[in-house]
Amino acid sequence: MSASTVTLTDLTRMLRESAGEEEGVDLDGDVLDVSFDELGYDSLAMLQVIGQVQREYGIRLPDETVADADTPRALLALINTSGQVPQTR
Amino acid sequence: MTAAVVTGLGVAAPNGLGTQAFWKATLAGQSALAPLTRFDPAPYPSVLAGEIKTFVAEEHISSRLMPQTDHMTRLALAAADWAIDDAGADLRHLPEYGMGVVTAASGGAVEFGQRELENLWSRGKEYVSAYQSFAWFYAVNTGQISIRHKMRGPSGVLLTEQAGGIDAIGHARRHIRKGTPLVLSGGVDSALCPWGWVPQLTTARMSTVADPDRAYLPFSADASGYVVGEGGAVVVLEDAVSARERGAPHIYGEVAGYAATLDPAPAAGRPPGLRRAAENAIADAGLTPQDIDVVFADAAGVPELDQAEAAAVTGLFGRRAVPVTAPKTMTGRLLAGGAALDVATALLALREGVIPPTVNVRTPAPAYGLDLVVDQPRDSNLRSALVLARGFGGFNAALVLRRCDH
Repeated sequence: MSASTVTLTDLTRMLRESAGEEEGVDLDGDVLDVSFDELGYDSLAMLQVIGQVQREYGIRLPDETVADADTPRALLALINTSGQVPQTR
Repeated sequence: MTAAVVTGLGVAAPNGLGTQAFWKATLAGQSALAPLTRFDPAPYPSVLAGEIKTFVAEEHISSRLMPQTDHMTRLALAAADWAIDDAGADLRHLPEYGMGVVTAASGGAVEFGQRELENLWSRGKEYVSAYQSFAWFYAVNTGQISIRHKMRGPSGVLLTEQAGGIDAIGHARRHIRKGTPLVLSGGVDSALCPWGWVPQLTTARMSTVADPDRAYLPFSADASGYVVGEGGAVVVLEDAVSARERGAPHIYGEVAGYAATLDPAPAAGRPPGLRRAAENAIADAGLTPQDIDVVFADAAGVPELDQAEAAAVTGLFGRRAVPVTAPKTMTGRLLAGGAALDVATALLALREGVIPPTVNVRTPAPAYGLDLVVDQPRDSNLRSALVLARGFGGFNAALVLRRCDH
């Protein structure tokens, strides 16, 4: 079982579905280390996206995730080290 | 005292999206009342509505805003954009604290709210949108317009049911008089979902007639209640001096008089307050009833309410002494958006010198003593218009609009 099953591609898809994409931002670009703030996502957008991650992958993320994960890389690290990510949905 | 003038209009109506389309349809007497399609009305006694069918939200609303906005807020944002474009207001040059937003609302964004409540009941709390925290809220249209256009001046929302469109504009005028140069106002509303439908049915004022041409007949002997629609209008209200200084391309008219009253309790034995609202608004404009060239009626379509309005109008003006019209017979009553749309319609009528018709009524009940403009528009040199509105719970509001000759 791989420790890392949620990819940046998965995350950008969920960002688009849950909160849309800011004009002038290309989520398909090199966004791994760009802050969510710069990508145009506020805390409510992050709550919405994290809600979708939890539902799709059947995991629980702590409430602090919104504040702690300020970039896609940081959020993916928290998701993929939550220890509960199943290999497939 | 400084005058407040309307310099921009944004209309989202069932019979026309955008001011031009709406005005053309309205003069042509085109009604949008039809069987409901947005949800299945079969379980309910009222099955007709005035729906806006040509609005494609994605053409007006960014993908970031789509998940956080209800249908009514999307309509309101589009109407606000149109009003600002129409005003030619180069907002980058106006101070952001010098622009406010005051809109009317009724029940808030009930369609969004119903969907999220269904998610809560049927799937669990983790399925409820984080945006439910504000998207349902009755102040949400004001808030989203304010955010989108960086209008951070005095702002608010008024809830007086179907009188709200006038009360919001009256309140916006107060802000103009206190020194805010520009206020966006009006109202855009929609509640075409079961959760929005059922509370309105309890008023027993909605028509249960299934024929769209026979369901909403205000001032007719066959009046059976009203049909509900969605939409409304946003207006740009400005200080007349600063509007002229910046070279506003249109000055549709002045908000010359405003008044609101509340009906006495049903058992009080005192008369309803609509006439007093009209009298006070005319006096506030420095006019007399003889100066009013047309009345845009509240036109509830409920016999006792029609009777009360006809008594107020004939009491003030005399029998058949002033033309009365209800173009809302083509759109249905738009909740918090209805009176705002009537204000926009009245301003267009003043500018064009034509009174748009009341449709489907054909012959108003003679006992009411009204000169109702039916079927065809009536050309008339209009200088001042009175717009009346009532909201469930005893709200009455009246607005006097005056053409600006300049």
